[in-house]
Amino acid sequence: MNEPALQIQGLSHRWHRKLALEDVSLTLPMGRFTALLGPNGAGKSTLISVLTGLIRPARDVVRINGVDLGRTPQAALTQIGVVFQQPTMDLDRSVHANLDYFAALHGMDRKTRRTRISQVLERLSMAERANERLRDLNGGHRRRMEIARALIHRPKLLLLDEPTTGLDSGSRHAITDHVHDLCADGLSVLWCTHLTDEIRPSDQMILLHKGRVVVHGDVDALTGAVPLGQWFLQRTAA
Amino acid sequence: MRRAIIAASAIAQREVARFLNQRARFFAALVRPLVWLLIFAAGFRAALGLSIIAPYQTYITYETYIIPGLCGMILLFSGMQSSLSLIHDRESGTMRLMLTAPWPRWFTLGAKLMASSFVGLLQVAVFLAIAACFGIQMNIMGYIYVIPALFLSALMLGALGLVLSAKVRQLENFAGVMNFVIFPMFFCSSALYPIWKMKESSAFLARLCEVNPFTHSVELIRFALYQQMNWPALGWTTAATIVFFVIATVGYEPARSKR
Repeated sequence: MNEPALQIQGLSHRWHRKLALEDVSLTLPMGRFTALLGPNGAGKSTLISVLTGLIRPARDVVRINGVDLGRTPQAALTQIGVVFQQPTMDLDRSVHANLDYFAALHGMDRKTRRTRISQVLERLSMAERANERLRDLNGGHRRRMEIARALIHRPKLLLLDEPTTGLDSGSRHAITDHVHDLCADGLSVLWCTHLTDEIRPSDQMILLHKGRVVVHGDVDALTGAVPLGQWFLQRTAA
Repeated sequence: MRRAIIAASAIAQREVARFLNQRARFFAALVRPLVWLLIFAAGFRAALGLSIIAPYQTYITYETYIIPGLCGMILLFSGMQSSLSLIHDRESGTMRLMLTAPWPRWFTLGAKLMASSFVGLLQVAVFLAIAACFGIQMNIMGYIYVIPALFLSALMLGALGLVLSAKVRQLENFAGVMNFVIFPMFFCSSALYPIWKMKESSAFLARLCEVNPFTHSVELIRFALYQQMNWPALGWTTAATIVFFVIATVGYEPARSKR
């Protein structure tokens, strides 16, 4: 059976008294780029925290590639790769050492680690930078390394929480293109952003506003002839 | 099982590599107890008369008395330093990597705790070697017996550090916590003076010293250096380790969302 990459059914979460997510339900198909679009404070980061197990969902609410995150969090976490907003790698260690640490954290043996590291670096056109210190890479390449790290254990679903924050325009486009290309290999992507120019008409989109899913579907079908930026402003003006 | 060992080793190697890269931290960890041993103890020797107490079988110098306390001091600072690094990791994002790895929280925290305890042990080993160069030597078997006592003490103090790191959200707040934890814990213990001596001044403070888990870890180390087992100290230290670790694990448990 072909399970959806992600299925959420009736998820709510409160930060103290404030409702951050309210009855969120959505389904992500396999091998698609899905943008989770929402203004600041919409609940995107809370949703990412739930999907990465930093907030534990109740049972039967979140399924990643068919695995229930509330019931078997460890098994579900092996299905996802995450690129957080903040950098997670050690700036004073080499690209290879950082990737090796993360691969080992997933329990991979030395041989597998070596193979996977070369593969992800090749995939992101970064093979020649393997021995450089992370500190010596520019912002765009550091983000690319974060993506390489998130892919090393071959997840089915890649989550990216505003991954282009702080990057210049060229690097933003390069990263966005790279991640779109990854979907061609069957990877499912959930890309959280508030920047509409990172989304293509052929992508899927979920509009999250004030903790609720406002609309969910294909970008071109949802927006019609209206430019996405304008459509987004109209929908989130209230 | 093999995957778990690989993951735990990765966490441990990172902790050790991080410590070895921070030479200033290494020297600070050594200088602090050495100042106490070589300067404070020399000045204090005349002021503090010690009677013969277990495990000693004869009169000892003050330097000899405070060696276990200074070992405990190194482990105390090392445990707190490690929790400080956890708070830093949380702010920088590296903590998220550990917490989103496919392992239960107790496993990830346990691996981190073992690694930081090992780092503490390395510091104590260097300190004891330097102390031996200054003539404060133990029996060779004492050095072997003390390893598990030091490791258990390091686990306990590291677990306490984990508890603090789970509760303290910002680096700036940690300095205050250090003052409220490290100094009272160290001074209100048998590290620098025997409890009977404290009792002469204040029965209440002596009682506080007796219930301070740090006192028991120091006594465990003291007895082990003389190849003796202090069972109550072992019991206290083990119980405190378990309690601190359970509290830390609960503190690091993810928040739960509703359906």
